[in-house]
Amino acid sequence: MSSSFAARRTARIDVSAALFRRPWLRATLLLSAPGAWFVLIYMTALALLFISALWRVDSFTGNLVHSWTLDNFKTLFTVPVYRTIALRTIGIAAAVTVTDAILAVPFAFYAARMAPKRLQNVLFVAVLIPLWSSYLVRVYAWRLILAKDGIINWVLGNVGLGSVNIGYSNWAMWIVFSYIWLPFMILPVWSAIERVPDSYIEASADLGARGWRTFRTILMPLILPGLAAGSIFTFSLTLGDFITPTLVGGAGSDFIGNVVYQSVGIANNVPFAAAFATVPLVIMGLYLLLARRLGAFEAL
Amino acid sequence: MKLARMDWALGTLLTVMTVGVCACGSSSSGPASGSLPTAIGKGEGQLNLVAWEGYAQPEWVKPFEAQTGCQVHAKYAGSSDEMVTLMRQGGGTQYDMVSASGDASLRLIRGGDVQPMNVSLVPEWKNFIPQLQSPPHNTVDGKHYGISLQWGPNTLLYNTRAVTPAPTSWATIYSPKYSGAITVPSNPIQIADAALYLSKANPSLGITDPYELTEAQLDAATKLLQQQRPLIKKYWALASDEIELFKNGDVVIGASWPYQTNTLVADKVPVKDLIPVQGATGWADTWMLSAHAKHPNCAYKWVNWVSTPKVQAQQAISFGETPANTKACPYMEQIQKGSCTQYHANAPSAYFDSIKFWKTPVTQCGNGKNDCMDYSAWQQKWTEITS
Repeated sequence: MSSSFAARRTARIDVSAALFRRPWLRATLLLSAPGAWFVLIYMTALALLFISALWRVDSFTGNLVHSWTLDNFKTLFTVPVYRTIALRTIGIAAAVTVTDAILAVPFAFYAARMAPKRLQNVLFVAVLIPLWSSYLVRVYAWRLILAKDGIINWVLGNVGLGSVNIGYSNWAMWIVFSYIWLPFMILPVWSAIERVPDSYIEASADLGARGWRTFRTILMPLILPGLAAGSIFTFSLTLGDFITPTLVGGAGSDFIGNVVYQSVGIANNVPFAAAFATVPLVIMGLYLLLARRLGAFEAL
Repeated sequence: MKLARMDWALGTLLTVMTVGVCACGSSSSGPASGSLPTAIGKGEGQLNLVAWEGYAQPEWVKPFEAQTGCQVHAKYAGSSDEMVTLMRQGGGTQYDMVSASGDASLRLIRGGDVQPMNVSLVPEWKNFIPQLQSPPHNTVDGKHYGISLQWGPNTLLYNTRAVTPAPTSWATIYSPKYSGAITVPSNPIQIADAALYLSKANPSLGITDPYELTEAQLDAATKLLQQQRPLIKKYWALASDEIELFKNGDVVIGASWPYQTNTLVADKVPVKDLIPVQGATGWADTWMLSAHAKHPNCAYKWVNWVSTPKVQAQQAISFGETPANTKACPYMEQIQKGSCTQYHANAPSAYFDSIKFWKTPVTQCGNGKNDCMDYSAWQQKWTEITS
């Protein structure tokens, strides 16, 4: 009884010792599962995306033809409508990012540096609460708010300001995206502002700088990485979205994601969808390079 | 660097997920051969349908499920293109039947996505109006690829309070008078509506069939639709979208199906619809059986059920369309007095012939020439117009 226990104990020590002596074995065992997931599922999907972008679809039977062609990319660059769609997508993603940054900085500054501790907790929960409800529910809610007979016009009408006709338009998309992704901007900015030591601000005041000067030369450079980190979320999430444009967009409000969705789900043209889907990949790649230069990855 | 990779994941996950389904390209064989079933066997317990919104209402689905034990799962599609794609997804085994319109049915037959059906197993078929027993859109070489269902026109829908005087012409949705309050379907076949309007408004173009357009004619229709685009509030994809647009006052006029009118009237929204003076395009739908259907017995039970005069009448009144079964009229009168005439169930065959039914545009024109624009050209034009 006790001898078998001792034997098992020795065996365990042997295994530990073997792993200790061979760091590569340890690393292999630890990383094999996530590594396999990363390579098999994540990287394979990306590789398939690029490969299928080079195939085409037989227009009559709808079957995939596995012959190499650059036609999809040629269509993408020569038909003007796809340029319009790509520019619209990037434009609104940029507008949403700027809007969220402008909203997030004062809010995060107040929450991180001025609000009493209890209020801080309340604000933190308030920022996160919308994320607990479904994305779809929030977008549908906005559809009702922005409709012609919706809440906004009801309020405007009651205070005698007439009405606005912004339902189903690019304005509606801009408002809804800005609302939906705002928490993703506030949180990194908040933590960036929180990390600025009080002594920096005091030192700035001691040297005679007023509030605005302190904000510009001390605070802003220190929270820029936080802003860049938040912008990665707001920009990329808007760039890849197709549900909000479908639900609150009007005539001519398709995003890259909509064309991808329609190409797969309606036109059955997977290769073209794959070709168009590489566009946001390239844009995000460039954006991430820029964000890294701004120090966004240290602020996450 | 680890973080950089995480961001790659975040930034591209949505996109990749959207395209992740690309592994399931379609694989369809030629038209199914082999003998037709001679009897309907025991139900398989379920039935998966691709249908137009409003075609699988609980009113007639529930009794069917209770009677046959076939649980019905319906997936609503917004356009014929979507129907074709859904029927081809996953090798065509995902769905058993599709309520295909004339602009999808031939594509499905030629693509080998659907299989012939034995009409003698559907006794009510003999009572269908003659035009829908073996129509060219679902019967090829004497083989019946499905059972006709219902038919009807695409109508002009308007809000009676906001649109005065009442419209009589399709010109209303091309004129700036109701700019920003117009909606039309998000569907390439909508080009035919523009072509139908142009065939009367601009006879010099020489359009005789709105589905057989030469390059010049298609360009003219495209130009009209491009001029229309700034006037459009939203291109609707599902009938429920259009219903909500009318309900919330975002639009006051648009191209529609009678189904929307019925739903809106039931909700006390002041709307009316009409067939304008230029006439109308329309649909004639067929329940078609997938070439790879997993539940063929339930499928045969389903077409029998929806072909019975009573269900035909229920669906006709619920959707606002005309039943294929000529015996449906008395049942329609039972449900709603005057509905038989209202939905043209007793109209002479000239009425059927006056509607330009949806069909897939192909290069062969009716005149024997090959200079017409095919459907892929239509799709491309439509993307250029609407995106």
